[in-house]
Amino acid sequence: MSEIPSDLKYTKSHEWVREEGDGTVTIGVTEHAAELLGDLVFVELPEEDAEFDAGDECAVVESVKAASDVYSPVGGEVVATNELLANAPETINDDAYGDGWIFTLRLSDAGELDDLMDAEAYAEHCENEDH
Amino acid sequence: MSADKKTILNAVHREMGARMVPFGGWDMPVNYGSQIDEHHAVRNDAGMFDVCHMTVVDLKGARVREFLQNLLANDVAKLRTFGKALYSCMLKPEGGVIDDLIVYFMNEDWFRMVINAGTTEKDIKWMQQQAPEFDVAVEPRFDLGMVAVQGPKACEKALSIMQPELAVAAKELKPFNAATDGHWFVGRTGYTGEDGFEIVVPENETEQLWRDLAAAGVAPCGLGARDTLRLEAGMNLYGSDMDEGLTPLESGLSWTVAMADDRQFIGREALEAQKAAGNIVKFIGLVLEGRGVLRGHQKIYESDREVGEITSGGFSPTLERSIAMARVADDAGESLEVEIRGKRLPLRVVKMPFARNGKAQIEL
Repeated sequence: MSEIPSDLKYTKSHEWVREEGDGTVTIGVTEHAAELLGDLVFVELPEEDAEFDAGDECAVVESVKAASDVYSPVGGEVVATNELLANAPETINDDAYGDGWIFTLRLSDAGELDDLMDAEAYAEHCENEDH
Repeated sequence: MSADKKTILNAVHREMGARMVPFGGWDMPVNYGSQIDEHHAVRNDAGMFDVCHMTVVDLKGARVREFLQNLLANDVAKLRTFGKALYSCMLKPEGGVIDDLIVYFMNEDWFRMVINAGTTEKDIKWMQQQAPEFDVAVEPRFDLGMVAVQGPKACEKALSIMQPELAVAAKELKPFNAATDGHWFVGRTGYTGEDGFEIVVPENETEQLWRDLAAAGVAPCGLGARDTLRLEAGMNLYGSDMDEGLTPLESGLSWTVAMADDRQFIGREALEAQKAAGNIVKFIGLVLEGRGVLRGHQKIYESDREVGEITSGGFSPTLERSIAMARVADDAGESLEVEIRGKRLPLRVVKMPFARNGKAQIEL
């Protein structure tokens, strides 16, 4: 079973969210997603200053197996992107929750965080998906 | 509901951390963690593949050479010394490829063939239909297991775990030749573009062989790496690059068809007619510079004209970009584009292989 840190929030489409405590959140894809995708070979990062609503396509991760859209878990403005992934996309496979972060958003509505799953709910979601 | 077949190594793969996937009716390892790491292990060191799902078929009889000269598009007349091997297509009368395979000369009454997993049933049935005319016995050897060990250090590591008598013979092997001690059979062949052996053993000895190779420092490798290695090496995959609806001439395999003399073989007439008609589609190598991955069935354009499609594509770990094989119209030029997720991206046409013997074979 893959790791699911308890201090993060999650979406059904396998993104994770970390609240930074200053009105921004950091976003990536989960270890479970990385395992399903296999070796990642390209990451298309969002543009800085881009604005997204919750559910918008905001990035693309491409693995040896397939290209996968990343959906913004919450609405906001992109304030940082992880340039490391341009040359080392496999960082997501190696460290999905740490060095494999994809981008940071300034939240437009903190309330949207309540719509996300906690670690336990996400674990259950993954189990149900497997069957 | 039928379950996927398992090779004798299935439990060992799981024990070694393999991620398993269905492949042509078999439950097989796709990787043991990272297919890219496994790919590099083969290009730089030594890796091994479970190929037990493929089938060894022994063909025996006084007229077996004649039988094969009729059955195969390449000519076994080239095989006169023990263990010498030949890569060939086996064709339908209409010229389409039933399978691609390797055949070894053992003696005048015995040739050994290795055929693909997904085509095993159909190949055996076809051969059994052709055999009686030549009094040949078709003997599928489901009692044998096979492991492919590939890479610059593969032969060295494999030799270190063989019985001395076999090792002495295997050490002298030239590429595309096989040796045996009467118990194990070793061919200096492979599907990766690197040096190595394919080792055929009694099925109940396969697990020990796999473990001994692992202990000798050979990395277990799955189907993911197998595919990227053979693609880089410019080697066709039956089912993707050709099938019964396509001839060798349309699949970059003209070099495997021996038509210089007047040997009659199944499918010859159809190929001659195809050559006479001309305008045969081209089979080409493609590189995508920049981001993106070429994948099978993506469409290829020359300006606004659709000229063909990708037959096999993927990411090349050695070249760090995407490569593909494709079939395009005979009059297609070199300014081609591929359509990926609604966008047209420029392609570079290259002569295959893309990479072999540890390094790139095209300009980067």
